Amino acid sequence: MSDQVSVMTGNEAAANAARLARVQVIAAYPITPQSPVVEQLAAWVESGELPAEFVAVESEHSAMTVCIGASTVGARTFTATSSNGLAYMTEQVWWAPGARLPIVMCVVNRAMAAPWNVLNDQQDSMSVRDAGWVQLFCRDNQEILDTTVQAYRIAERLHVPVMVCYDGFLLSHTMMPVAVPAPEQIDAFLPPFTEPFTVVDPGDPHNIGPVVMAEPRADETGATRGGYMEIRALHHRALLDALAVIPETDAEYASVVGRSWGGLTWEHLLDDAEVVLVAAGSLGTQLTVTAEQLRAEGVKAGVLGIRAYRPFPVEALRAKLAGRRLALVFDKALSYGYEGPICSDLRGAMLGADGAPAVFGAVCGLGGRDVSPEDLAEAARRALTDLDAGARTRETDWINLHLEG
Amino acid sequence: MSEISMSRPAVGEAGRTGDWRNNRPVMDAAKCLAVKQGRVTCQICWVYCPDGCIAQGVGPVIDLTYCKGCGICAEECPAGAIEMQPESIHGVCAVDETGEAAR
Repeated sequence: MSDQVSVMTGNEAAANAARLARVQVIAAYPITPQSPVVEQLAAWVESGELPAEFVAVESEHSAMTVCIGASTVGARTFTATSSNGLAYMTEQVWWAPGARLPIVMCVVNRAMAAPWNVLNDQQDSMSVRDAGWVQLFCRDNQEILDTTVQAYRIAERLHVPVMVCYDGFLLSHTMMPVAVPAPEQIDAFLPPFTEPFTVVDPGDPHNIGPVVMAEPRADETGATRGGYMEIRALHHRALLDALAVIPETDAEYASVVGRSWGGLTWEHLLDDAEVVLVAAGSLGTQLTVTAEQLRAEGVKAGVLGIRAYRPFPVEALRAKLAGRRLALVFDKALSYGYEGPICSDLRGAMLGADGAPAVFGAVCGLGGRDVSPEDLAEAARRALTDLDAGARTRETDWINLHLEG
Repeated sequence: MSEISMSRPAVGEAGRTGDWRNNRPVMDAAKCLAVKQGRVTCQICWVYCPDGCIAQGVGPVIDLTYCKGCGICAEECPAGAIEMQPESIHGVCAVDETGEAAR
């Protein structure tokens, strides 16, 4: 069976994935740069090509609420948003994982206001990294399609929602060849979702999501029901289980469709690399050019891409980075008053690990600020200069910042 | 252990919510319309109780194991038959609704 290759945007790739996954309920509110995803899906629902319910809502909060309701009764649901839309959705972004609903949401990464800006960085999804979703980052449009399909398998195995993050405009509105698998292939990979935690049965009414007390207590049958901490501990365990399920799903997908994306992480020229450039999303694709450029200059550089940001693949990163001189992390987001989030997480993961490299951070591309492979190479040269001067830690390097004048 | 919060409707499925009460509804049977008429009438307190812990009757009976003391029944009673009294005067709670320690 051969894939149909089309030239399409990242948003079209996401919409194709939702269609291939045979989503049953779609609820979304338009926001730049996400809008074309739901415009495409709405058109397919309207034409009858996609037999799904498309629920037009008045806000992102309601979009996620509709997905929560539909997922609670076992429907396969899809939504997508960006930036301030995700922020407006935040309350329900927390509800979905706490209720263990396998919702898949594409987050088309865009800067958070203020000041108003519709262009790309990754601050939006980073701001909800702790909400208990699996967060996967994509580096190109093919990966958006394949990862969004995989996300349903991961979500439904673990009963946790999955956020598929991809860079606004850089991917969402950029056209590239994308192979679209045949529907039968995806049907073989992704069976219908049949085992929700919640079963709505009028003959056996349940309270779904009632208040829980601090301590475990007996329910109406006398069986012990967890308190808040027990329910959250099991949720955390499911996220940690995703460290195995994400690569397994990627491998299953490869066996059916023929493409693998590396599971938790991906790499380029990493084998003998002394300097490892780390990033999530399309920035990683740019870093492959940077690494090749640095190699031409005699620097043994490689790229380690973060595909799964939550759960954070600590063991995989330790194994990949042991024995390197430097890990230079490029964040398109910032924890204001500290540093880039991936940098912090990576430094924490490396602490005490055998052969851990120095971890330096750089922030770039906020609000769509252009960053070229040469800019990234220059940042790597600065980092190496600092490392050679004996630095083991360093202030965050801001790339292409122009405060003068 | 269950991964999510879920229960079946049952008395007390949310716990002994009466433990939360600062003020207790106390019914003066002599003022209750149902008692005065000797039949199951009015029952407005039963209608309004948000936690379903008032049983219909002549007069209605409040289950203090689950009554949170919200005071809606006292507010809605057309005969003024229900008075909210601080738990402190019943010796249950040492703190009245204003947060001042009972003397």
